[in-house]
Amino acid sequence: MSALELPPGAVEALRSRIEAAIGRSGRREIRLMEVCGTHTMAIFASGLRSLLPPGVRLVSGPGCPVCVTPPEYLDRAIATAKTHGAALATFGDMMRVPASGGTSLERERAGGLDVLAVYSPLDALRYARERPGRKVVFLAVGFETTAPAVAGAVLRARREGLTNFFLLAGHKLIPPAMEAVLAGGARLDGFICPGHVSVIIGARAYERIARGRGVPCVVAGFEPADILLAVAMLAEQIADGRSEVEIEYRRCVTREGNRTAQETMAAVFEVADADWRGLGTIPASGLELRDEFGELDAARVLPAEVRPSRANPGCRCGEVLAGRLEPPECPLFARACSPATPVGPCMVSSEGSCAAHFKYGRQ
Amino acid sequence: MCLSVPARVVSLEGDTAIVDVAGNRREADVSLLEGVKPGDYVLLHAGFAIGVYDQAEAEETLSLLRELAQAASGRESPARPTGEAAGTERTPD
Repeated sequence: MSALELPPGAVEALRSRIEAAIGRSGRREIRLMEVCGTHTMAIFASGLRSLLPPGVRLVSGPGCPVCVTPPEYLDRAIATAKTHGAALATFGDMMRVPASGGTSLERERAGGLDVLAVYSPLDALRYARERPGRKVVFLAVGFETTAPAVAGAVLRARREGLTNFFLLAGHKLIPPAMEAVLAGGARLDGFICPGHVSVIIGARAYERIARGRGVPCVVAGFEPADILLAVAMLAEQIADGRSEVEIEYRRCVTREGNRTAQETMAAVFEVADADWRGLGTIPASGLELRDEFGELDAARVLPAEVRPSRANPGCRCGEVLAGRLEPPECPLFARACSPATPVGPCMVSSEGSCAAHFKYGRQ
Repeated sequence: MCLSVPARVVSLEGDTAIVDVAGNRREADVSLLEGVKPGDYVLLHAGFAIGVYDQAEAEETLSLLRELAQAASGRESPARPTGEAAGTERTPD
């Protein structure tokens, strides 16, 4: 299957539409946040910023799971593994994220800790199945895109009667984070909403933001054509004085989302307050295992002592994630902090906006 | 981390499907999708099919982009060739 191509002349046509809409709105500049880290990466990798008219300002948001995971989470994972002789299974993106005291999962692995990078939670399940005597803790991070898959793996573990598979719950929810970004004072005229999170939760999940807070939302796909079209749709909403939820990514996203996935997620997890790096504690923005699955909950059944963590005081990832600071404005950017020697998570993850700015330059 | 790729369902056995991703065959868990059948296009994420990829809607979006491009070139071509319009315009203040 081919990706969505940009027909000849479409870039120019979309540019003109965007310019006309901005002209009609009477504004000099519109500020749009691409919430999702996969969008950030797509925007930089395609050079899209240079194709947009000068009146469009794109701001990266908090949608990079690795970036918003607080250091305490990694500290707890490492302490759990050491205290209980457990193996850790994680999505590869987490491997190099700095934990407290200058360590990381990668460094701990080099030091002998059993750390496995996986593509799917089912890989972690297999690892546990093949080693019945070994506790395996899966680091359950990611947004609504990922949480149903992890819930599916939990149900499978339960069906199989596995007793050595555990989760360290760290999933987070996107709409509450968008509201927190607005409450934190970021000046935004619209949201480019995450495509694959919305496959699960449906476009209606943003109604509160569009109608309640008056900020237009468009759910976008990940091809340059998708993002340009979404920017045009947002610019037209702004010019018309509308504030609605529209779907650009119609080939994958519906209003209702994937009901079966929503139900699976709700059967395994319950909504709880969660700590976000940079945004602090956001009410009802995370997922914890329900009591019925308590025996799989590493935080409950594999207790470990975790000291209060100390993030590097110079690192300003938090402000970058909240849309208040552009990466090159951080004093550490490209000096003390680079992808080879990252200080903060926004430089580690390929989806982090610091890494994107470093790799593709200021566009 | 929310990367997801379209895949074609080749065969099904219980909750496990064999899917084709750009010519490569792999297993996918389809327990998160109602009523999947061979021939369907699904979105694959972390080993699970998380949604349906609707080819008709993909065609519609593509047609919309083509129409936009045609409308723009029809309107602008006499006065402004498209080559010149690309990347050289400035917004009027």
